[in-house]
Amino acid sequence: MNLPIYMDNASTTRTDPRVVEAMLPYFTETYGNSASRNHAFGWGAEAGVDRAREQAASLIGAGPKEIVWTSGATESNNLAIKGAALMYAKAPMGSEGRGHIITCIIEHKAVLDPCKRLEREGFDVTYLEPGSDGIVTADLVRAAIRDDTILVTIMWANNEIGTINDIPSIGAVCREHGVVFHTDATQWVGKMPTDVERDNVDLLSWSGHKIYGPGGVGALYVRRRRPRVRLQAMIDGGGHERGMRSGTLNVPGIVGFGAACEICENEMESERERLLALRLKLENELKGLMDVVEVNGHSERRLPHLTNISFGFVEGESLMMGIKDIACSSGSACTSASLEPSYVLKGLGLGDELAHSSLRLSLGRWSTEEEVDFAIKEIHQAVEHLRALSPLYDLHNEGIDITKIVWQSH
Amino acid sequence: MAYSEKVIDHYQNPRNVGSFGASSDVKERKDVGVGIVGAPECGDVMQLQIKVGDDGVIEDAKFKCFGCGSAIASSSLATEWIKGKSVDEALEIKNTRIVEELSLPPVKIHCSVLAEDSIRTAIEDYKKKNGQPVAAEAGHGHAH
Repeated sequence: MNLPIYMDNASTTRTDPRVVEAMLPYFTETYGNSASRNHAFGWGAEAGVDRAREQAASLIGAGPKEIVWTSGATESNNLAIKGAALMYAKAPMGSEGRGHIITCIIEHKAVLDPCKRLEREGFDVTYLEPGSDGIVTADLVRAAIRDDTILVTIMWANNEIGTINDIPSIGAVCREHGVVFHTDATQWVGKMPTDVERDNVDLLSWSGHKIYGPGGVGALYVRRRRPRVRLQAMIDGGGHERGMRSGTLNVPGIVGFGAACEICENEMESERERLLALRLKLENELKGLMDVVEVNGHSERRLPHLTNISFGFVEGESLMMGIKDIACSSGSACTSASLEPSYVLKGLGLGDELAHSSLRLSLGRWSTEEEVDFAIKEIHQAVEHLRALSPLYDLHNEGIDITKIVWQSH
Repeated sequence: MAYSEKVIDHYQNPRNVGSFGASSDVKERKDVGVGIVGAPECGDVMQLQIKVGDDGVIEDAKFKCFGCGSAIASSSLATEWIKGKSVDEALEIKNTRIVEELSLPPVKIHCSVLAEDSIRTAIEDYKKKNGQPVAAEAGHGHAH
């Protein structure tokens, strides 16, 4: 086992060496511009892109013509949300009441920020609040739909807590009301079975670097029939990608994206079972070793490889300092100037002190049981070290409820 | 973010961890001053206890801290610096000296402010318990 160990696969993944191998010829041999229709270099590049388009489409049950290449999930989300809002706007730029959009308070910033921009530009946005389990239900969406609703955007699985929304049912509600439905599936696709037909999705974003592919390349699925979804382009230029996203294609990146999709499709079933067993071991042993350890989000409807755990009375950033051989993320945002803990955990109604006390551990293709055992040991030691320092743990042990104390605000 | 070696040292080997008894006991003791500053929702709570001799010298100091590594280091350092000082000398310790000693980056300056606040609050608690006048200086109001 090499140190440090990597348990931050929800941030990014190691590129699979098989993916790198597939990409290499497209840098130095088949290096043409895929839009060059009049020579072999261009044809070779185009063939690589076409194959990747098929691999990507196959992973989500779509057709190859429904895939638009982008620079990543952030761009895919921007194109889907702003592109659909502007295409289906009910009133021209400069006026109010341009249409209603539904999203959720614990979406990724790459969804929330485009929605906020549209709000400033005359659209109305409803931000749904999930329950303490972090799940957005079809009923919540149904209750928020209005006559002027043009777009619903709800993530498939949450990036911080791994909770899984009921996308097929939300999609069915949208279909019933004739509303375009986008899902940010960055954490979901490649890990869990996806079928845009069965699951009633119109627009779907995902990213290469979360599925053991390269960074800087993403895709947006855009439904072509029943119903055909149209988007206003965000990047204008040579009319690439059926006019929806201009710019010379990143051929090696796209080839890598396709290869990564194919590997995920073939290995998903065994990989998710293996990772689920490791995640359950991690959670159960940590809960068994210490008191006041809470796994955040719904107990079952969660991604197999990701867990978000709060260790009461211990601050997340100091905990990360104590486990420097484990690369992971903290729910505490103490490094930012705001001192605000994770808006996702706060969105669940989690007390601020627990939101400050959380770790996100995300396993991946190369995670081993030995690494999980090591992580359990390291985290246990660090939490004990910090609890020995924690005035809050003393109060807890004296039987005092720290949430009832009036703290001297400073 | 990279921490300075001194922060890491205080984190790994915190000085003077502990208290002079349960919170209800030390409340009654006239030779002990207690300062608890911060709030869990801000991500830091510091508890500083000082034990003061008849001559007004801080004989011993203990801390506990819920907070990031810089907060732990700031409060650990504070206990080292105030031990052996008179209460009035201890009040002279400014957060900027803690920032310098620990090489804290700008986003961590609030940790040093909190440590300074905890010293002042503990000394005020000691003075009030002993009927001594407390300086009218207002606390640092820093926005969160």
